[in-house]
Amino acid sequence: MALFEATQLHKRFGDNVVLESISLSFEEGQLAGIMGPNGAGKTTCFNVLTGRYKPDRGTVKFAGEDITGLSPRQIACKGVSRSFQIMNLFDDDTALDNILIALPSVRAQGFSMVRDLGRNTAAHDEAAAILARVGLAGKERVVAESLSYGERRALEIGVALAARPRLLFLDEPTAGLGSEGTARLAELIAELKRQLTIVIIEHDMHFLFSLADRISVIHWGQVIAQGKPDALRENPWVQRSNLGPLS
Amino acid sequence: MVFTVALLASTPLWLSQVGLYQYLALEIMIWMMFALGHNLLLGYGGLPSFGHGAYFGVGAYAFGLLQQRADAGLGLGLIGAVLIAALFGMLVGAFISHKRGIYYALLTIAFGQVFWFAAVKLHDITGGEDGLLNIKRPDLSLGFADISMKSNEAFFYFALVLFALVLVALWRLIHSPFGRVLRAIKQNEMRAAFVGHNVWLYKWLAFTLSASVAGLAGALFAMAQQSAYPNVMSLHNSGFVVMMVLIGGGLVSFWGPVIGALFFILARDLLGAYTETWLLWYGLVFMAMVLFQPDGVAGAWQKARARWARRSSSPPAPAAPMNPVAKEA
Repeated sequence: MALFEATQLHKRFGDNVVLESISLSFEEGQLAGIMGPNGAGKTTCFNVLTGRYKPDRGTVKFAGEDITGLSPRQIACKGVSRSFQIMNLFDDDTALDNILIALPSVRAQGFSMVRDLGRNTAAHDEAAAILARVGLAGKERVVAESLSYGERRALEIGVALAARPRLLFLDEPTAGLGSEGTARLAELIAELKRQLTIVIIEHDMHFLFSLADRISVIHWGQVIAQGKPDALRENPWVQRSNLGPLS
Repeated sequence: MVFTVALLASTPLWLSQVGLYQYLALEIMIWMMFALGHNLLLGYGGLPSFGHGAYFGVGAYAFGLLQQRADAGLGLGLIGAVLIAALFGMLVGAFISHKRGIYYALLTIAFGQVFWFAAVKLHDITGGEDGLLNIKRPDLSLGFADISMKSNEAFFYFALVLFALVLVALWRLIHSPFGRVLRAIKQNEMRAAFVGHNVWLYKWLAFTLSASVAGLAGALFAMAQQSAYPNVMSLHNSGFVVMMVLIGGGLVSFWGPVIGALFFILARDLLGAYTETWLLWYGLVFMAMVLFQPDGVAGAWQKARARWARRSSSPPAPAAPMNPVAKEA
């Protein structure tokens, strides 16, 4: 059984049908890619899957449990985490604090009003380890707003990772990164790949085809093709939909 | 913190020598407490409550009513006032905690007006426009001795103890996981929800706590003034506390509201001695502050200290590189 399964999702904003009967499933431990042209409904799809929007029809199941229409908080607490295409950090806090806030252990004691979070060394160590993992060792005390673009992208992923997810959604993680930054990110994701289930929306075809086990192509609010990267290269729909060079 | 409490504690020794009076220190301290509680919302939660006078007023009326109708003593009166203010905070908080920004602000004003209106119109309970008169300052009974609160000095010391307790409690609170998550919610409510925090509950709790602190300050105010009247609930009073927090620098410092309350009440008394229109001048100062020094007195102090630190350490500390791209994103 798939870890995450969306069936016949339908979402419209006014007269504009953004998702039409989208069905996707992600196997545990796999890295799935979602691609498609701008405006195809990829981010909306993520937003429906992670609870930001409720679907008009269709169901979403995670680990066998129906999570359709739950709030982002409830879905996050079940072990689904996400990063954002447009960066979404706690800008006035330090890099370390950004991670700290997202840790499940801190979340669990969030309503404690007398404990001093500054003295919670276990949580600090855990957060520092996650920062080091996304390549931000030494930046613990830097305010998020003052980090460079690439560092903020890394922190964005760090915050998503900090929630200790079973399933991680990444929305265009390479957006705006140079080739060097993209290469470093690919390394990080390749390393994470063995440890959790990952779903990536991505424009960078080279990046996606080298990492993903399976790729779904979304266009006109529908899944127009699905399969292993190699098989997809041959798909006439993909070739015709002008998604850029595939190799 | 020790400095603030020590400075306040020493006021009976020198205040009259500089031409002021003890009651002033008492009033400043009560406002400090109110402003600190308010800053939990405004400064740490980013939740603009512009009708906070209501809970200050609820505390004042509750203390008076408990004393006059239920014969409550000092402890019961104060605890009751805090609980009743908290109860109203819970109730109002339940209606507004899913909002933010301007809608939050407008709702708090609307609710503030409801409370004010109720205070004016519910004659049988609140005494209408006259308010509750002859609220006594009950003795503090310690078991072995009763201490009279009649003199301003004695009452001042009693209030100082409560003030110090509130100060420590709030300090702990903002450094606790709760306070840190609240600050994160202020910065980015959506992300906080997506990492699994119950944003609504945090906002509701912050409002309730803030209302409770306002209620305690209000109860002390009723004791100080020996009365409670609709004016303490007015939009005026709600505005004053916002001005205190902003001028003092509550957005950037824990101590902002303390500085702001001191500044405000001193300005009221000292400027007020010269001119009837002191609020006009104070308003001008407020506008100048908002335009040129939006981080308030505490912000100006932090900047000055940073500049001084930079000058004294010859090689400039490696400042975090500002990336223009990051700004745009």
